[in-house]
Parts: sequence; C-alpha cells; structure tokens
Amino acid sequence: MSKPKFAMYWSGSCGGCEIAVLNIHEKILEVDAHFEIAFWPVAMDAKVKDVEALADGEILLTLWNGSIRNVENEHMARLLRRKSKLLVSFGSCATEGCVPGLANLAPLHEIIDTAYTTLTTDNPNNIRPQPVTKVPEGEISIPMLTERVHTLAQVVEVDYFMPGCPPESHQIAAVIDLVIQVVQGKAELPRKGAVIGAGKSTVCEECPRKRNVKSIKAFCRIQDVAPLDPELCILEQGIPCNGPATRSGCDARCPRVGAQCIGCYGPAEGVTDYGARLLSAFASVIDADEPEEIERILDGIPDPAGQLYRFSLAGSLFQAGAAAFKN
Amino acid sequence: MSEHFEPVIIGFTCNWCSYRAADLAGTTRLKYAPNVRLVRLMCSGRIDPTFVMKALSGGADGVLITGCHPGECHYIKQNYKALRRHLFLRRLLKGLGIAPERIRLVWVSAAEGTKWASTINSFVEEIRALGPLGWQKKLATDSKQDAAQEVLA
Repeated sequence: MSKPKFAMYWSGSCGGCEIAVLNIHEKILEVDAHFEIAFWPVAMDAKVKDVEALADGEILLTLWNGSIRNVENEHMARLLRRKSKLLVSFGSCATEGCVPGLANLAPLHEIIDTAYTTLTTDNPNNIRPQPVTKVPEGEISIPMLTERVHTLAQVVEVDYFMPGCPPESHQIAAVIDLVIQVVQGKAELPRKGAVIGAGKSTVCEECPRKRNVKSIKAFCRIQDVAPLDPELCILEQGIPCNGPATRSGCDARCPRVGAQCIGCYGPAEGVTDYGARLLSAFASVIDADEPEEIERILDGIPDPAGQLYRFSLAGSLFQAGAAAFKN
Repeated sequence: MSEHFEPVIIGFTCNWCSYRAADLAGTTRLKYAPNVRLVRLMCSGRIDPTFVMKALSGGADGVLITGCHPGECHYIKQNYKALRRHLFLRRLLKGLGIAPERIRLVWVSAAEGTKWASTINSFVEEIRALGPLGWQKKLATDSKQDAAQEVLA
C-alpha cells in the first residue's frame, strides 16, 4: 500500500513554523515513515507543476503556514486546497495574520516606501520592484502584493486551525501522532473547523503565578519594573500581560520565565474578537472611576491597536485599520 | 456621496435607567430621530466591546451606549466598568483610524425622557456629519492587483 501524501507550504511568514516542525526531533522520521512527502519547498525539491499534476484530493494532509500577502500566495492556497483532503491553517500567520497582519494598519504605498526608500535601505536610484521585467530569455514576473493581508481561511476553506507563533513542538508532535492514528484507523478526526494542538482555556489557567484581586493604578513596560516579583501575576504588577484573552496550549512559557504573554496562541475558545476580549480584561482591572484618572492609566498603553492585536489583526472583526482601504 | 445618508446607529441601553428613559420619551410622545436601533441589556456593564465592534464592522455608522448616572447603577458599580471599557475602546478605534466620536457613552436616568430625545438627535447629527463608516463595503472590495500596480507604477 502506498503511503498517504503530506505537504507543507509557507507564504507570508518568518519561517519559524518550519523550524518548530523540525524541533519535533526524531518524530520527523515518523512523518517520513508514514507519509510520502509530496511537496515541502523548505525541506526538499519539488516544483509547483508536480503539485498541479496530482489528482484533486490526492494529498492527505497539508500544513499551511503564513498569511496571504500576494497573489501567488492566493493562487497556491487555492491549488493546495484543491489537492488536499485536509488543509490545516498552521501557526498564527495563517490563522489570524500574526505580525505580518499589522501591515493592515498602513496603506500599501507606505509599506512599499518604508521598504524601499527609508534611511535603512541603500537604494540611491529609488528602484522599485516591477511586476514584469524583460530579460533576454523573455519576460519574468513577480507576484503582486494584495491590497491587505488575509488569513488563509479568508481565502479558502480550512479544515483545522493550529494556533501559535510558532506552534509548540510537543503540540505538533501530538497532532502528527493523531493523524497517523487516524490513517491506521485507530482514532477519529476532530470535527471540521476545530482548533487542534492547543488547549481550550486561557494562558492564565496554565500560569503558575499567584493571582489576587487585580487593581491597577498604572500600566508600565516590563523593563520599567525592576525587579519583577517572580511569584505574582504579571498583570497585577501593572504590565499588560495578554494571558486573560489568549488560548492555552503553550504551558504559559513566557510568564513562567518572567515575560508577559504577548498573545501568540490567539483567542481563547469562544472568543469572537481577541482585541475586544483583551480590552475588556484590561479595562476591568483599572482601579479608577473618574474619567481623567482612567485616561491617565490608559496612557500607559500607548499603542492600543498594537497591544491588543499584535498577532490577530487580519483575523479580527475589523480585519484592518481604515488606512489599509483605498475606498 | 451624492445620495442622502441616513446613519445606522445601534444603541445599547441598560434595563434600569436608560431604557426607561426611552420608554418615558415614548409615553411623553416626544419626537426624535428614528436612526437608533435599541438593544436592551440588563446593565451597561454587560456590554462586551465585541458587541460594539461587531456593530461597527458589520455595517453600523455609530454606537450609542447609555447607562445609569454614576452612583446610581442598579448593580452598584458596573457603569464604571462600562466607562473604562468605553474610554479604552475609543483609543483603540483611533488606533485603527476610525473616528472615536462614532461611539458615545451617555448617562441617562429613568426620569430624563427629554435628555434621551435630545441625546439621540445630537448623536444622529454628529454621525451624519462624519458620514458613512461603510466597513462591510470596505471589506467586500477586492481591488488587490490594481492597488498594487498603482503603488509600484
């Protein structure tokens, strides 16, 4: 019997998800033992035409990491969707836009200007990438940016979501184990659309720090609090910690080592909009009733959009700031 | 925008003061702008910012939140919670490039039918002046390739 096919593809992302997959160590051999790797550009040579040659649905499992940032990403998402039985939105970029999604706060021309004309870029002739370039061999083209960053599920139907920036390796290993068991007929797949490889609660649930009634008189940056109480809830110490809104599954890695949660596992189960939930949580712990005092405390969070949507802007209710839209 | 613009406003009222103010305005037969669609909640403290953001991103042009006066909340202090969320949400909207004036929080007691009517009228006019938010329209347009071509040209 031939082995089921596996694919992994990256689009608008940093490549950390791929490294997290390699971090499952020897388990990677099990992937090879149970799957035929049909397409995985970062790990082995294969061409898009090889994927095009496959029958629809011939790939059993595709892990897709990365946001949809250009028209090629979009084309590949459609292609791999068609060729795959199970398409997993793998990691924060694919699932909710992640840090690339913050580009949705600015118009496209500003993004291009920043990349090609700011002081940090050595580009004296102000050269810009051109969609089509003529070379002796013919015409070559590069994919155009989309108007704004999209999540994978905004472009194609997704079967499962796996959050995390990147997903924790032990969670990846567990998901791979599950798929192998499903292939062997020993387990059943979760319901379509489910979040896999993560918990259902919040990071606070997994955090070992002591929690009391929170009442905050000032928000501050973590480097301004020295020394940090090693036992006490980080939010209680006035540092905006995203734990209350963030999905569990990472074992509260950051708070355990004295850094605030920044929310990479995305919204907890049942949360519609990550930023709204976090805003609610922060507002509830502010210890002030007078508008002037509340405003003074809120000054401690100078960039609300960045704080509340560091990982989830593209997947939020608004999906972008007003500046990202032309109309 | 050549055609006439009628703002769509979602109003969240608390059961104990502000919804009764709306009732009073009605029984007193006060006339006021019909643009606000009311949703009655038990308390302004029940308002999850998600409700407001869903309204705005789903097609509303403004959101009105009303509650009991400070010190008069039926649940003692929950209107202060609404105030804190409101002030924070205004900052978030500003960060997203949306005019924070599109959301307004007003304290209205059960006896203030006239204040209710005038609040609605002034808010409707303010939103009318701001123009449509039209977020659904923004999300629906997909001028992707054109957008990029223009930038690089």
